[in-house]
Amino acid sequence: MMSEWPLWEIFIRGQHGGSHRHVGSLHAPDAEKAILNARDVYTRRNEGVSIWAVRAGDITASAPGDKGPLFEPSNSKVYRHPTFFDIPDDVGAM
Amino acid sequence: MYAQQIKTGARRLKSLAEMEPQERAFQEHVDAGSKIEPKDWMPDGYRKTLIRQISQHAHSEIVGQLPEANWISRAPTLERKAILLAKVQDEAGHGLYLYCAAETLGISRDQMLEQLHNGQAKYSSIFNYPTLTWADVGMIGWLVDGAAIMNQVPLQRCSYGPYSRAMVRVCKEESFHQRQGYDSLIKLCRHGTAAQKEMAQDALNRWWWPALMMFGPPDGESVHSAQSMAWKIKQNTNDELRQKFVDQTVPQADYLGLEVPDPDLRWNDARGSYDFGEIDWEEFHRVLGGDGPCNRQRLEDRVRAWEDGAWFRDGLMAHANKKADQKSLGRADAA
Ligand SMILES: [Fe+2]
Ligand SMILES: [Fe+2]
Repeated sequence: MMSEWPLWEIFIRGQHGGSHRHVGSLHAPDAEKAILNARDVYTRRNEGVSIWAVRAGDITASAPGDKGPLFEPSNSKVYRHPTFFDIPDDVGAM
Repeated sequence: MYAQQIKTGARRLKSLAEMEPQERAFQEHVDAGSKIEPKDWMPDGYRKTLIRQISQHAHSEIVGQLPEANWISRAPTLERKAILLAKVQDEAGHGLYLYCAAETLGISRDQMLEQLHNGQAKYSSIFNYPTLTWADVGMIGWLVDGAAIMNQVPLQRCSYGPYSRAMVRVCKEESFHQRQGYDSLIKLCRHGTAAQKEMAQDALNRWWWPALMMFGPPDGESVHSAQSMAWKIKQNTNDELRQKFVDQTVPQADYLGLEVPDPDLRWNDARGSYDFGEIDWEEFHRVLGGDGPCNRQRLEDRVRAWEDGAWFRDGLMAHANKKADQKSLGRADAA
């Protein structure tokens, strides 16, 4: 067994607009083949109109242990949500 | 099932009070119905059990292509051939989703294939039976994919995120597999000749019991099953799923006018379920252990496909490396 093909993360944008979404990963020797393989593995039923392939090693991910410091501060900022403010009915739609 | 008799390494179930803080936090997370993701802390046994189960599941999808592939070039019409080809291609896809899910746990693709090829890893017992006639292809879709669906639907709720997401994809594609099989059996049994119907009955006679074996032996007091359930890798006992499968499938056999080859099969009004006969677990263990009708051939075919493809995999990699070198050389020149 020689060197295993590198791992790629695959992102697909579907028919109806929206952003590319991560759908899974696959092995391919290079970017070009990664796109071709992604076509076969992840769009057999017309799931996409655009594919991104990213070398898995090139992705920087936040550490699970940092969940608290990263995301908890936003919990206390309830005023970021429109429902925080009571607008009188007389004002009409807002 | 596609993963049968998975060992968990557990000797008995630990209570929350007995666990170290890290493991307790993990178990509480699982109990709350939250998902475990690749970088999260997990007990060693959980990781190993998942690697065993997901890789065995992946191997089953891949080896599972072989019995049907036998009929791609022999399908009775061009349409049936195209359908079968699409179905078998889906199974390759299922194998790939699952290998990727297993890789997030720290095992490499090559390691998994090595374990399959040297016989260390198992795959489902069902794929060691031969496909003798065209009716067998219909039977596989109806019964084998049908049983797989029974098992895979609850796996979508598995506690391990990548496995559960792979299962969501698989389940979306699986219903087509079962329907195309049943559809081809309708043609044989309700619109075909007496000989064609007889061929379907013969296929059912051969596939019925192996299909029931797919769910694995009764869990009984199995600590592995209990541990897998506590970890929410497994959601139902083998017998629960098998019963559900029988209850769903018998009326479908009736519609085809086929007879289920079990003299003990009868509706039990009190239970609201079918009672059915004893399964030959000796046969199951024999087939899983490597001594079924086609084990040797299946493994040989897999190993040969891998070895015959080596020049191609290596060639593409060499080409990719060369192009990458040229690109970086070009960049160095320009600088
Ligand atoms: Fe499948
Ligand atoms: Fe399938």
